[in-house]
Amino acid sequence: MKSLAYVILWFLALPAMAQDDVYPAKKQEGVLVIRNGIIHTGTGQVIPQGVIVIKDGKIQSVGAPAATIPGATVVDAAGKHIYPGLILASTDLGLREIMSGVRGSNDFYELGDYNPDVRSIVAYNTDSRIINTLRSNGILLANIVPSGSLLTGSSSVVQLDAWTWEDALYKADNGMFLNLPMLLKSPRSGASDPVKEGIKRIEALKAFLQEAKAYAGSTAQKEVNLKFEALRPLFAKKQKLFVNANISRQILMAIDIAKTFDIRVVIVGGSDSYLLANLLRQNNIPVILNAIHALPTLEDDDVDQPFKTPALLQKAGVLFALNDDESSSRYRNLSFFAGTAAAYGLSKEEALQAITLNAARILGIDDRTGSLEAGKDANIVIAAGDLLDMKESAVTEAYIQGRKIDLNNKHKQLYDRYRHRYQLQ
Amino acid sequence: MKKLLLLLGLLPGLIAVAQTTFPVNGVADPRSGSFALTNATIVKDPSTTIQNATLVIREGKIVSVGSGNIPPDAVVIDCKGKYIYPSLIDIYSDYGIAQRTVDLAFDYGRPQQFNSATKGAYNWNQAIKSEVNAADLFSTDDAKAQPLREMGFGTVLVHEKDGIARGTGLVATLSAKKENLAIIKERAAAFYSFKKGSSKQSYPTSMMGAVALLRQNYLDAQWYKTRPPKEGVNKTLEAWNALQSLPQIFETTDKWSGLRADGIGDEFGVQYIIKGGGDEYQRIREVAATKAPYIVSLNFPDAQKVEDPADARFIAWSDLAHWELAPTNPAAFEKAKIPFALTAADLKDTKAFWPNLRKAIQNGLSERAALEALTKTPASLLNIADKVGSLEPGYLANFLVTTGNLFAEKTSILENWIQGERYDINAKNSTELKGQYALAITEGNTVTQYQLEVKSNTLATVKTKEALTTKFSVDGSLVSISFSLKPTTKVIGTGQKDSVFENRQAGELVRLSGVNYGSSWQGVGANERGAPVSWVATLTTAAAVTKDSSRQTFVKPEAQMVYPFSIYGTAGLPQQETILIKNATVWTNEAGGRQEQTDVLVKAGKIAQVGKSLSAAGARVIDGTGKHLTPGIIDEHSHIATFSINEGAQSVTSEVRIGDNLNPDDINIYRQLSGGVTTSQILHGSANTIGGQSQLIKLRWGADAEGLKFKGADPFIKFALGENVKRTASTLGNNRYPDTRMGVYEVLNDAFQRAREYEKAKRSGDKTVRRDLELDALVEILDRKRFITCHSYVQSEILGLINVAEKYGFKVNTFTHILEGYKVADRIKQHGANVSTFSDWWAYKNEVKDAIPYNAALMHQLGLNVCINSDDAEMARRLNQEAAKTIRYGGVSEEDAFKMVTLNPAKALHIDNRVGSIKAGKDADLVLWSDNPLSIYARALYTLVDGAVYFDRQKDSGNQEHRAAERNRLIQKMLSAAKGGAPVVPAKPTAQVVLHCEDHEQADGVLAADAFEF
Repeated sequence: MKSLAYVILWFLALPAMAQDDVYPAKKQEGVLVIRNGIIHTGTGQVIPQGVIVIKDGKIQSVGAPAATIPGATVVDAAGKHIYPGLILASTDLGLREIMSGVRGSNDFYELGDYNPDVRSIVAYNTDSRIINTLRSNGILLANIVPSGSLLTGSSSVVQLDAWTWEDALYKADNGMFLNLPMLLKSPRSGASDPVKEGIKRIEALKAFLQEAKAYAGSTAQKEVNLKFEALRPLFAKKQKLFVNANISRQILMAIDIAKTFDIRVVIVGGSDSYLLANLLRQNNIPVILNAIHALPTLEDDDVDQPFKTPALLQKAGVLFALNDDESSSRYRNLSFFAGTAAAYGLSKEEALQAITLNAARILGIDDRTGSLEAGKDANIVIAAGDLLDMKESAVTEAYIQGRKIDLNNKHKQLYDRYRHRYQLQ
Repeated sequence: MKKLLLLLGLLPGLIAVAQTTFPVNGVADPRSGSFALTNATIVKDPSTTIQNATLVIREGKIVSVGSGNIPPDAVVIDCKGKYIYPSLIDIYSDYGIAQRTVDLAFDYGRPQQFNSATKGAYNWNQAIKSEVNAADLFSTDDAKAQPLREMGFGTVLVHEKDGIARGTGLVATLSAKKENLAIIKERAAAFYSFKKGSSKQSYPTSMMGAVALLRQNYLDAQWYKTRPPKEGVNKTLEAWNALQSLPQIFETTDKWSGLRADGIGDEFGVQYIIKGGGDEYQRIREVAATKAPYIVSLNFPDAQKVEDPADARFIAWSDLAHWELAPTNPAAFEKAKIPFALTAADLKDTKAFWPNLRKAIQNGLSERAALEALTKTPASLLNIADKVGSLEPGYLANFLVTTGNLFAEKTSILENWIQGERYDINAKNSTELKGQYALAITEGNTVTQYQLEVKSNTLATVKTKEALTTKFSVDGSLVSISFSLKPTTKVIGTGQKDSVFENRQAGELVRLSGVNYGSSWQGVGANERGAPVSWVATLTTAAAVTKDSSRQTFVKPEAQMVYPFSIYGTAGLPQQETILIKNATVWTNEAGGRQEQTDVLVKAGKIAQVGKSLSAAGARVIDGTGKHLTPGIIDEHSHIATFSINEGAQSVTSEVRIGDNLNPDDINIYRQLSGGVTTSQILHGSANTIGGQSQLIKLRWGADAEGLKFKGADPFIKFALGENVKRTASTLGNNRYPDTRMGVYEVLNDAFQRAREYEKAKRSGDKTVRRDLELDALVEILDRKRFITCHSYVQSEILGLINVAEKYGFKVNTFTHILEGYKVADRIKQHGANVSTFSDWWAYKNEVKDAIPYNAALMHQLGLNVCINSDDAEMARRLNQEAAKTIRYGGVSEEDAFKMVTLNPAKALHIDNRVGSIKAGKDADLVLWSDNPLSIYARALYTLVDGAVYFDRQKDSGNQEHRAAERNRLIQKMLSAAKGGAPVVPAKPTAQVVLHCEDHEQADGVLAADAFEF
């Protein structure tokens, strides 16, 4: 509570300003020491009163109190909780500013069934007003995903403190995204059979991938095919195929694609993934669980099914990350999804891992981030209390690559502006 | 005319002079139609059977039943061993009327049709078609009549099944005579439904709109009797008034809509005959309470294909169990002593009529009740019991001749007589052909002997030493046999394919056709070489009649009746208990604040005592140590538990009422109990400026629609402003006024000005004022008897509504959503409105681009009564967490934060004298949480409504196995039914209908469907 008051005072002291004055931070140089905080490493470990030493944007050490380092900038985090920066694993952040009614703000959904060459990163808008509202809730990295009808293109991971998309780029083209058709008759499908039609589309997709794979197997192409070129990294296992799939039939199809083409597959969505947890583990297929604050799929399902799905995956040994794709609150509740998962069977550290290290592993950036370990980028969040619990989760500081970022955002500024109007400050 | 016929009937032998206007092309052929069916067992009516009796008919009417004299000119038919029944009546048939193709899909994104497309001096609404008379549309159709006659029907009530008010229906026989003679009652009944049918006029888009439209039409028709000059000629209202004296039949599609229809009838003094939806057994007590006679369908759901668990997964228990229990529906009516008629309507295949009727009998329907429901009851419902429905002198000669008890599996209907004319149904086919026959085929002088084993009229096998592939059929007296001399191991049967023969059997086929003379058949044919042959088949051994196969496999339904009809339903409603919760942290929301280690005693639905170390003899004690007890959560803005939410066809629809279409089966009621919600305000959607009347409910899972309602609360109404109202998201263009916030403001001004003028006119004592349901609700607002909850976002529109309200002298009770409320909080406070907002939503559309999560805190700091609402069936389960976000964003204190989902909404809804805090005397709507309720780790352990435990987390997880087992039992049963030869349809996933404001996408599972059912 004390620290909360501190936060309020801290930004009340700032002059009123528009987001346009929130500047990306300069490169971190020298040594930065964060002391006395409760360190949640993201690997399951909690260090009650630890020290993190950062040099030139990288974590040098994480551990017990050590001798003071001369010349270091010291941050005292006494009583606070320190976490790896949270990672939003699959999002249209920066591509879709206003969800509906404003077509001009949309750059997230391209036309056509086969768009492997489409790259999200080139449309990513670092000036999106949404970005800063995520940073102040501890989200420091995001995987920007193109939407579409079938094969939608490649995602890239960005860090959320940048002038341009080139600055923001953290890992380029880490994933290729695929939407599987809904293989289920719906009340709206009428006389048509979505299962048959869906399977037909998937067969066509597989034919496309077969040609792409053959193309990738050789360099002696008569004519360059941009779509096939874009798929080379996938077949070379330098890229994963992220498959949006929710129900068993879709997930089975995704596993089939992984086996047929000998590629690495990730399930995104995964609402029924708990029903196939063992199969997913056997095939080494990770899952990005979208919005666990969801209603159960079927009226007969356990009322708290989506809340406890993470615990079931954990128990089965499936690698999974939690993701926030909730469009009304615009992705800022990621840590609370983890909190819910912890209320329903995960340990708090497992839940934290699901939005940090697990996400980094799935996105292929765990060599650089996802946990507080020596050698990794200093992507760090400091909160007044338990980051997973909204009643005490206020973020007080955050660092991206060691750079202390400005936690102001449009919402705080408007709050400030109207407190000014009512002379509440 | 009637007298004359009677006279003729009494004086057989006189020459009947049958005069008609129709000229004869040829020589007149007058006939008396005099027949005497003797030695029959005559079932005159369901309670009277006469043995060895004679039925005499003449001129299409019954002359005598029993031991009457046989007139000398009568054709005598010996019916020894046969039964005679009145032929059956179907009062929900569509025979003889070309039915319109119905376009049910209403596209929300499409421009609207505001006016009726019907040409002429008719009603403003195209779905009100009282002027339609089926008699003007009726034409006999022998091809359609035949299958109905084969089922045993003789009389039908037909109407055009199109629209909300459908005009009149007529009674006709299934005679092949001209329409003029087949019609026996021209205006027999009037028909209604909740479906617009072929009308593409936008209004109504919703169930509650259909209710409002009917109610308004009752009022309009009454008013029209005064011949109001401004209305001119309205042939629809004229017709509406003219048909009120007829039996009124209301088509419904499920148990709830039947109750809903009956409610409309009660309001206007009409007792409808209700055509049910087939699931009435799920609420038979409520159905019986309507006192309405019902028309009960024999259309039972088919088994679904559930071999693939990926398919079976998506079928809810409610559908699986309905498959098992639907055949008990007619028996449920009988048991509840509700008068009912049975109908073959809704059957996809008329052939399913008898098997399904027998299924209903297996499931408890008595044969007598079945016969009654197909004869006497429909006849008396239509006031034609003096003509049809039983066998009495002077009645129409509509009767069946059968081989035995009509309901027995082996019985065949031999003849169906309609208006004294005989229609052979099964005269020859009914002959039991089963048995062994010696088949001798003669070519020239060569005779070849075979054995013919006949299993049924379509299945037989010719045998030498081996069974030969055989195709066999009997059509009346004609017999056709073909078989292959080349044996095959293939299963023999006609199946669905036209041929049973394999290619390799070509050149080996013998084809025979002949005539059935009883125990010996003979005919000619061609052998495998094409040479002509003659043949004789003689019965050697008659086969014993095997029992009905479906009877053998009948397994009594085991599904328990639960309320509501959901796997989460319970056999009885939760009962009020005396409960003592000990030693909890009690969030009182009263002056005492949060009290540690405190006890709360609940008695007779109320909070009896709050204090330390309480005790109560006989109380169920719940240990609250380390746990938190709070008042139940109140959701100020919810859209659960209804069948429709938006009447979007007009900008002002204050006549519609959410309370008219509550859906007590909505699983979200139970899910929200699991999140500690006990009271919800169910609001109309935001598709128009002045939406419908709200309904406050308590989450009494298992109660019926009336039982859900929060009784005694002030009435509310929903208004909306901004993008939804001006239909910004309409993809195909908006043509409904308003298209701007300027227009929205004028819609409000106009509505209240009209209301004021209306009230003035009424007050002046002008008796010609038409009662207008829309304006009635607005007048209530002006009179401060109804209160507004207004969906609103940006500051301009908030101030706009405040201006209108102040101009017309009322107060806006609550601004809901109100995401820019923080910008004009001082003005809202000055006006005196409550506010109800989302904790952290934004950027989902342009008008919320300035929404901030500090909104609630800032408005709270300015002294407004702030609520946090859901507008989302999922989020409502976590409103405690949403309240906690106000701590995160703006530093609200814990107790104040929690009040935003309990006491504050209670105040905003004027029910804080009943709920919202923990205080002796208040309703015992309580939640026991595992943790501080504002913590994300808190889970509701118990949720009490009115002192009854409606959610018990431990019990809920304990029932998990039972739920899985019950699903499995039904799936297994379906599989074995399919194996036993029952028809099987592809698996049909159970849709979950999740309604919302049209405002945002929500995470509601893969099967969610919007329910814009019109």
